[in-house]
Amino acid sequence: MQVDEATVRRIARLARIKITDEEAKGLEAELSGILDWVEQLSEVNTDGVEPMTRVVPISLKKRSDVVTDGEKADEIVANAPLSEDDYFVVPKVVE
Amino acid sequence: MNVEAKAAEAANPNLIQGATGDWEVIIGLEVHAQVNSHAKLFSGASTEFGGAPNAHVSLVDAAMPGMLPVINEECVAQAIRTGLGLKAQINLRSVFDRKNYFYPDLPQGYQISQFKSPIVGEGEIEIDTDGGPKRVGIERLHLEQDAGKSIHDQHPEYSYVDLNRSGVALMEIVSRPDMRSSKEAQAYVTKLRTILRYLGTCDGDMEKGNLRADVNVSVRKPGGELGTRCEIKNVNSIRFIGQAIEVEARRQIDIIEDGGTIDQETRLFDPKSGQTRSMRSKEEAHDYRYFPDPDLLPLEFDQAYVDELAKGLPELPDEKRARFIKEYGLSAYDAGVLVAERSSADYFEAVIAALDDPARDGKLAANWVINELFGRLNKEGTAIEDSPISAAQLAGIAKLIGSQAISGKIAKDLFEIVWSEGGDPAEIVEARGMKQVTDTSAIEKAVDEVIAANPDQVEKVKAKPTMIGWFVGQVMKASGGKANPQAVNEILKKRLGID
Repeated sequence: MQVDEATVRRIARLARIKITDEEAKGLEAELSGILDWVEQLSEVNTDGVEPMTRVVPISLKKRSDVVTDGEKADEIVANAPLSEDDYFVVPKVVE
Repeated sequence: MNVEAKAAEAANPNLIQGATGDWEVIIGLEVHAQVNSHAKLFSGASTEFGGAPNAHVSLVDAAMPGMLPVINEECVAQAIRTGLGLKAQINLRSVFDRKNYFYPDLPQGYQISQFKSPIVGEGEIEIDTDGGPKRVGIERLHLEQDAGKSIHDQHPEYSYVDLNRSGVALMEIVSRPDMRSSKEAQAYVTKLRTILRYLGTCDGDMEKGNLRADVNVSVRKPGGELGTRCEIKNVNSIRFIGQAIEVEARRQIDIIEDGGTIDQETRLFDPKSGQTRSMRSKEEAHDYRYFPDPDLLPLEFDQAYVDELAKGLPELPDEKRARFIKEYGLSAYDAGVLVAERSSADYFEAVIAALDDPARDGKLAANWVINELFGRLNKEGTAIEDSPISAAQLAGIAKLIGSQAISGKIAKDLFEIVWSEGGDPAEIVEARGMKQVTDTSAIEKAVDEVIAANPDQVEKVKAKPTMIGWFVGQVMKASGGKANPQAVNEILKKRLGID
């Protein structure tokens, strides 16, 4: 499967990754190669096979509706590059 | 408007008139309803509204590396209850997906949602329209996480982010595009909100943003092909939903009639200007690249679990309304007013329970609850829960009217006394001599006095029998409003020789 440059740029933008023109060229070939490699899986006939979601027979673990966490705003914002009054502070984002 | 157009409009009052003829508006709604729960959907942090910044946040909600989501079983139960209330298909197996986009108030970089396999499938809601009851289809209901909140007015160059809402459970309830007017859309949201509040699965508080709607609007010529739709995001009051639909439909009609085309886009309704405007920046973000969340196994439960939840559901508004009509002879309108809020319906039922003869006084009690009590509560801005007149007291008043111990007019005075002073209505009536005079001889005496004092009027009433009202008024006045009006009428007719 061939990935063109426009697709590379679109994927990069969606992933918020900045790429140079040179990198875009290289990524075209790399992404195409990855997709071709994965494409081989479609050689296997999977008609009527349910997608596998677990290797051991366990079910989704559930929690009861009890407040057990929170009240640690200082820890939550501890790693933030910028914070004030326990808010995260980020470059202005407004519609 | 020509004759045919007038006839068409009469046939379908929902059509909007344009320069090139009539247009039909097609509306579908995606309602986001915050699930009533103590803790969040996938973490143990509190869902309480209005905490200090980032106080109700766990490391899961802040998307710290290595944190894993664990589902809150009550949120699952609430979604199932809601599905049952919407008479919908409950899916015993559903899957959580990641919806990928970047925004500062979404620390994970994706929202955990349900895309291909939602927990609830097709259902319906019945709404009242001018043309009678109408069914609006529900396409699906799924569970998802709410995002955090960005505050933009604290600093000229920075936005402030609070993650207290991040990870709170939402139910997204998607309707079929079955609505044909702003009124129908408003009726749908109102009814949905009522059902959620009865079920106790969402408090429906639109001011706090706990219930909000994305409104899809398109227009077409009646019976023609569907037009391109626009989505108006995050409308947070029922009034604004109506306004947004009206202006958006008009905007689309004007564009098409001027020879333009509608771009499929996301728009915002600005209540200040009363207009919708494009949110262009949202367009690219629509490529969400959904895929199953590898941190979560499929959500599975058995039919017995669903049946158990179904047993615990309360009587829903439609059923309650039908019962009020059947058992107490209420009009569909009055019954609808009483069931619109569960607290009102509960109050009315408490009144009924306190009556000696509900079959006789039920309808009367409903009138007093709706007209006098609700009217007064509205005027004072008091909630029914804080009503100064208890259900037992209101039943007391209704009993006194029903048994003809007091007249309707005196009952209004009694209502005022109970409202402002409290007390047992029957005791008040006794103590203050408010009882209706049904003693015929006393009424006869008053009638005779009025007749004797007004010979001119007696002559007139013989020529014009409708003048009897004047006599009734005089006798009532003489009795201080306590005479039984029916008895007064009968005795007057007899004495004046009127049939």
